[in-house]
Amino acid sequence: MTRPPAIEVSHVSYYFRNEAAVRDVSFSIEEGDFLGIIGPNGGGKTTLLRLILGVLKPDAGTIRLLGDHPATSRRSAGYVPQETSTNKEFPILVRDAVRMGLAAARGMGRQLTRENKTAADAMIDTVGLGALRNVTIGELSGGQRQKVLLARALVAKPKILFLDEPTASIDTTGTDEIYQHLERLNNAGTTVVLVSHNISVVSKYIKSVACINKELYFHADGKLDEATLTKTFGCPVDFVDHGVPHRVFHEHEKRHGGDRRHA
Amino acid sequence: MSTRNATGETAAMLDLMHYDFMRNALTAGFLVSIACGVVGTLVVVNRLSFLAGGVAHAAYGGLGLSAFFGISPMAGTIPFSIVSSLLMGVASRRQKERSDTIIGVMWALGMAIGIILIDLKPGYFADLMSYLFGSILAVPHSSLYLMAALDCIILLIVVGLYKEFLSMSYDEEFALVSGVPVATLYYVMILLIALTVIMLIRVVGLILVIALCTIPASIAEMFTKDLRRMMAIATALGMFFTTGGLLLSYYCNLTSGATIIMVAGIFYVISFVVRSRRQNGMRQRCRDSATPRSGVTNP
Repeated sequence: MTRPPAIEVSHVSYYFRNEAAVRDVSFSIEEGDFLGIIGPNGGGKTTLLRLILGVLKPDAGTIRLLGDHPATSRRSAGYVPQETSTNKEFPILVRDAVRMGLAAARGMGRQLTRENKTAADAMIDTVGLGALRNVTIGELSGGQRQKVLLARALVAKPKILFLDEPTASIDTTGTDEIYQHLERLNNAGTTVVLVSHNISVVSKYIKSVACINKELYFHADGKLDEATLTKTFGCPVDFVDHGVPHRVFHEHEKRHGGDRRHA
Repeated sequence: MSTRNATGETAAMLDLMHYDFMRNALTAGFLVSIACGVVGTLVVVNRLSFLAGGVAHAAYGGLGLSAFFGISPMAGTIPFSIVSSLLMGVASRRQKERSDTIIGVMWALGMAIGIILIDLKPGYFADLMSYLFGSILAVPHSSLYLMAALDCIILLIVVGLYKEFLSMSYDEEFALVSGVPVATLYYVMILLIALTVIMLIRVVGLILVIALCTIPASIAEMFTKDLRRMMAIATALGMFFTTGGLLLSYYCNLTSGATIIMVAGIFYVISFVVRSRRQNGMRQRCRDSATPRSGVTNP
């Protein structure tokens, strides 16, 4: 029995108005992979993620998620959006936010069962927020809120997990914690797809890598080369292998900061 | 307050309850508060106050339509408002950046259509003031049953689909990916808003509906961080405002709808100030505890 690829993207393009956000992208990964999608801000990372999840419909090309149309198969997917994209003023407790992960699986118009609630509580403990269960999300730090979103996605036991910049608002310790957790999940068989602009951290954990800046360069072995990075980021990058990769990051931060000031 | 005074007041209130119109008005206030507390909470957390205002104003077009064709007001207003609210709903989903303009245009256009159609109908006189401010003191008995039915429908839908509404309101994209039919749910919510607004305009007027759909829920949001509780608190506040406003308007001989809104508005301002102070206090405490050793005081 051959299993269908976890993700199969072929010749996908997507346009915002008349500008291509993603152009002729093709790649596929097997189940159990740990894919890092990296690229500069505005390079189409989040767009690609939303396309794979069927939130956006491609203008050209086809996408298969777990061998099926995304709108069908995404129920088996977990999604951790960018923490900054959620409304942190929303009146909701940590507990209820995590329970949301089970809302759809339980079925329309049905109350959550006791087991559902226990599972949600256990997941809150797993991500280390047990003491904050009855706190509102607005009172949490960005990093804690990120863990809530992670717990919400994981509580439904997804086959494939998508994360959009999961460590953008977390300090270094928290970042390591999250990645170690993802690594454990991946070892247990969950396919992980992670979007980040932070090459340095990603490169330690991923098995395969895709660099995207409108166009996509896919490396099944997870190794980045300077040529790809230069192409993707549109500027020469001082690429240093796993040892001191932070330099790559800093160069870009500076560059983007400069750009923003000019704008 | 002395005991005698309190008993005196209770007696006066019981006296007041002998008036049919007052009893109906107070009951109407309670029933309106349930609908507005529940739907208003959805309006507030989904940032749809402007859309609710648009639906309420555009509904005047439906009233004009009814007058023009000589049909009963609701027969024209309900379909007209359903269509206009769904159009606004589509605009706010599909054209997020421009939705406020589109709603604004429909808001004005609906009212204009209503006024022109009423102009064109010779001998018809529609009181715009009563549309705006309603007449909670003249609520007929039949309307009370209608409002009770509306409350039941709203509660049934919102309680039944509570976890879906919560999921959609908090994070629509996640809800969509996890399998909640967010588009359908969104339009159900828009229809609930439209239904609430048009049924209640007839009873208490447009301004009061908008006030009661936004003010109690916004106050409730300041003091609770749980959607269910927010709905309950908003309902209780609505009941308090309508009752307080009605009594005040009775004793001071003021327009009832406007007095209710004044009471609600004053409480809104007070809660706003209280909350800002509390937040500042919390921030101050955080700052103090964050710099215990340095001894440096923040300017």
